[in-house]
Amino acid sequence: MMLNGAEDEEKWLAEGIAGIQHNAFYMHQALDSNNLREALKYSALMLSELRTSKLSPHKYYELYMRAFDELRKLEMFFKDESKHGVSVVDLYELVQHAGNILPRLYLLCTVGSVYIKSKEAPAKEVLKDLVEMCRGVQHPIRGLFLRSYLAQISRDKLPDIGSEFEGDAETVMDAVEFVLQNFTEMNKLWVRLQHQGPGTVREKREKERNELRDLVGKNLHVLSQIEGVDLEMYKETVLPRIVEQVVNCKDDLAQYYLMDCIIQVFPDEYHLQTLETLLGACPQLQPTVDIKTVLSRLMDRLSNYAASSPDVLPEFLQVEAFAKLSKAIGKVIEAQIDMPAVGAITLYVSLLTFTLRVHPDRLDYVDQVLGACDKKLSTIPKLGDSRATKQVVALLSAPLEKYNDIVTALRLSNYPRVMDHLDNGTNKVMAMVIIQSIMKNSSCISTPDKVEVLFELLKGLIKDMDGADVDELDEEDFKEEQNSVARLIHMLYNDEPEEMLKIICTVRKHTMAGGPKRLPYTVPSLVFSALRLVRRLQGQEGDIVGEEVPATPKKIFQLLTQIIESLSIVPAPELALRLYLQCAEAANDCDLEHVAYDFFTQAFVLYEEEIADSKSQVTAIHLIIGTLQRMSVFGVENRDTLTHKATGYSARLLKKPDQCRAVYACSHLFWVDDQDGLKDGERVLLCLKRALRIANAAQQMANVARGSSGPVTLFVEILNKYLYFFEKGNPQITSAAIQDLIELIKTEMQSDSATPDTASDAFLASMLRYIQFQKQKGGVMGEKFESIKL
Amino acid sequence: MNFLIGAFKPACNISITFSDGKTRKQVPMKKENGQTVMVPLFQSQENIAGKISIEPFQGKKIEHNGVKVELLGQIEMFFDRGNFYDFTSLVRELDVPGEIYERKTYPFEFSTVEMPYESYNGVNVRLRYVLKVTISRNYGASIMEYQDFVVRNYSPPPSINNSIKMEVGIEDCLHIEFEYNKSKYHLKDVIIGKIYFLLVRIKIKNMDLEIRRRESTGSGANTHVETETLAKFELMDGAPVRGESIPIRLFLSPYELTPTHRNINNKFSVKYYLNLVLVDEEDRRYFKQQEITIYRLQES
Repeated sequence: MMLNGAEDEEKWLAEGIAGIQHNAFYMHQALDSNNLREALKYSALMLSELRTSKLSPHKYYELYMRAFDELRKLEMFFKDESKHGVSVVDLYELVQHAGNILPRLYLLCTVGSVYIKSKEAPAKEVLKDLVEMCRGVQHPIRGLFLRSYLAQISRDKLPDIGSEFEGDAETVMDAVEFVLQNFTEMNKLWVRLQHQGPGTVREKREKERNELRDLVGKNLHVLSQIEGVDLEMYKETVLPRIVEQVVNCKDDLAQYYLMDCIIQVFPDEYHLQTLETLLGACPQLQPTVDIKTVLSRLMDRLSNYAASSPDVLPEFLQVEAFAKLSKAIGKVIEAQIDMPAVGAITLYVSLLTFTLRVHPDRLDYVDQVLGACDKKLSTIPKLGDSRATKQVVALLSAPLEKYNDIVTALRLSNYPRVMDHLDNGTNKVMAMVIIQSIMKNSSCISTPDKVEVLFELLKGLIKDMDGADVDELDEEDFKEEQNSVARLIHMLYNDEPEEMLKIICTVRKHTMAGGPKRLPYTVPSLVFSALRLVRRLQGQEGDIVGEEVPATPKKIFQLLTQIIESLSIVPAPELALRLYLQCAEAANDCDLEHVAYDFFTQAFVLYEEEIADSKSQVTAIHLIIGTLQRMSVFGVENRDTLTHKATGYSARLLKKPDQCRAVYACSHLFWVDDQDGLKDGERVLLCLKRALRIANAAQQMANVARGSSGPVTLFVEILNKYLYFFEKGNPQITSAAIQDLIELIKTEMQSDSATPDTASDAFLASMLRYIQFQKQKGGVMGEKFESIKL
Repeated sequence: MNFLIGAFKPACNISITFSDGKTRKQVPMKKENGQTVMVPLFQSQENIAGKISIEPFQGKKIEHNGVKVELLGQIEMFFDRGNFYDFTSLVRELDVPGEIYERKTYPFEFSTVEMPYESYNGVNVRLRYVLKVTISRNYGASIMEYQDFVVRNYSPPPSINNSIKMEVGIEDCLHIEFEYNKSKYHLKDVIIGKIYFLLVRIKIKNMDLEIRRRESTGSGANTHVETETLAKFELMDGAPVRGESIPIRLFLSPYELTPTHRNINNKFSVKYYLNLVLVDEEDRRYFKQQEITIYRLQES
């Protein structure tokens, strides 16, 4: 019958409304003329319109509301005994003479309301009678609305604490009993609605039922509003009764809604004290009930409650909230075999959130949750579901966000296990989250064990995972990832050199597995991290002589050599060369001549064998010269060998200007501006002269090649060197030589074929100004410069 | 003309008044012509006393062979209308033969009259009580006047009044257990009870409780049974499920009931039944009928 079109339904509704209006009109007339008999007759006729079976709940509600409004007027009339002259007791009987049950019960409820207000009978008796009599309506929709009417008119008449209807014989218990009974009956009707009519319209019916659910839920709301429902009563009576009904009704829609209702309407502290009952119900619910949402909401509420005030925390401990929740979740997951992975994980996420908020100090709890989740995940082949993956990420991110400190998370033994269940892509994302967390909070990871664990977590970034499709990698992402790893390495730090060395070894172990693509990113960080340790050891070397110390600079340098050598598989000779030079410098500071020499050797080998590109060579040679210049550890022989090599390389560069620059740079190798530094003026001059020759040659080559002489830049630059050494007191550099050079430059500049070059002009002018300045300053230096005639 | 008219008109006016007529309770009674009149109410063992006054019309005299008043209890079967069976007949002679010239008043009294049966007005039978005044005359018909009154007899609450409890059903289809709190109800009583559904495999639409009256007249082969449904009271709307229990509360006062009459003077019986009717969605009816006894309780 319900299957007919919406149009028909509209028509039926219109007819119903017309019927109500018609009879209401006569009822009003009777009310105005104080005619009780007629009033009862027409009100019963009016209410008969509610006997229809043709309307959907939505439309029926409209009809009900019309009747409801009319009943308010009737109630006013009933209240005023002077109008109808019948005592309320008699009236209560009189309305029961109606032959049809539905109008009879609506009228009975209406009079009942007046009856209670009159206080001629104890409220509890009337309420009990009403709720009992309503059993006569077994039709789901009609019954629900009737009982909803009963709930509505009785709301302000319950014998609650502090209510005017509370008496010696009437306790709040009676009020509770009444509401509970009405609730139970309504729920039964609501559930029964599901089984009405043919099975083909299930979906439609579920929708209809959803529209009606608040009628049922309102009872729970009323219960929560009863003042007298204290914790004790809630625990002993209210909750067990509700739960009993929820479990027994065996209807997924009702169970889900009502569980949620319970959680939402009753206070948090009640939930906390009755966790056992509430959670005990969960595994008993139908397998199709969305328990995870229910439990999540419960845990959300509880954690909000915990966050509301620190005073409530002892309560949580006292009732062992965590243990209970954890157990309940386990049971639910066990009971609902068909629950998808995402459901189970969501539950764990909620539990974890709860734990983190309520027991931030209990790391073991967090680990337990992760452990349980890992156990569950192990039973599933592999996470393919993207929603499930998301939940796992949420699960793993939660502790990081909470503690702001990866160190804490690293203590969670189950953390990596859970992470292992992620697919490669997500694993990387998670790893990035971890690194970002470390960076953001500048957490310092200070023990080798933790480093070990951390790298285990990050292995998705550290090395190629099995089955990962390398081609798919986005270059940008990869760079960012590896840069993050490089940054991370600097966060691994311990003040104890020994520990630090262990950390370095651990990092090395992991990074070495990274393959040629990753090494260029990770090795420099590692090297500098090690060098930092070396520098620290430098200071305390004296104290630890003679002991069997594992962390000696020597040892570290050995390690460094190996690390840098690993770059050969990349290959990245320029990088390796720089690193060698860095190491050499560190070795120099540690006074380890052999080590430093060895590093230089390595660097030279690289230069010779690997660096073929001329531009790279130029850069490399300048680096070598710069580093070598600063070395103080070498004996004469070693130093000679190395400087010789360096000058040799410089002279063999491909382009003349490069040669020239490298050679005049070499001049510094023979003049170290320290107190006891090497000062070999002659060889300095030799270098500069050689540079001049090369510059000349370059000039001529330019003339031949292009018909114009190149810029005088090289000369100007060489002049600068002259001036430097002149000022530093190199006896081989004379004012005459400087004068000559200046002359030469000027001539070159004025020649027709010269290409003007503003940069060199400025450079020259600046130097000339400097000479003037020194002259004017006077003193020893002034006298010295005085000899330069411009 | 005058004479002629006078011949058809009663020669006198007879009025019957009860000595406690002003205070005695009056109850409505339906006459044969459908009109309702108020008549006095008596019960068994009461004294019925009063006055009868005879007033001849102006200038008339009545010659008579005597005046008497009778108290009659009659049963009238409608298939045998006009033929009264008197189960009670008491006579008081009021006057010896003579003449009445002017208004004359006679007191009368029937003391502690045994009136075992209640007045009853049914479908096929009527039981009535009447006072009949007769002025017998030598010539012409006797002059008669009637005054109806109603008799109701009250019973104390029965010492034994068991509840009616029964389990009925159709195998594998419907199984119910019902209970009415008593088997004997007074006229203003209320029936309390419940119906408990043990098994429901049919789609019930609603359930009613009916009060039925069964009036049987005659005896033997001539027995005539008439059944009326006096009340149809909806107990339940919609289909219950197993385990539901539906309350019954039916007030009897709105219905026009009489006490149960069993074999009144071998002429008739009036019995009452409660009929529990379940109607399914195909409008099939399932019912179970139980007799209840109705009695008149002395109103305090």
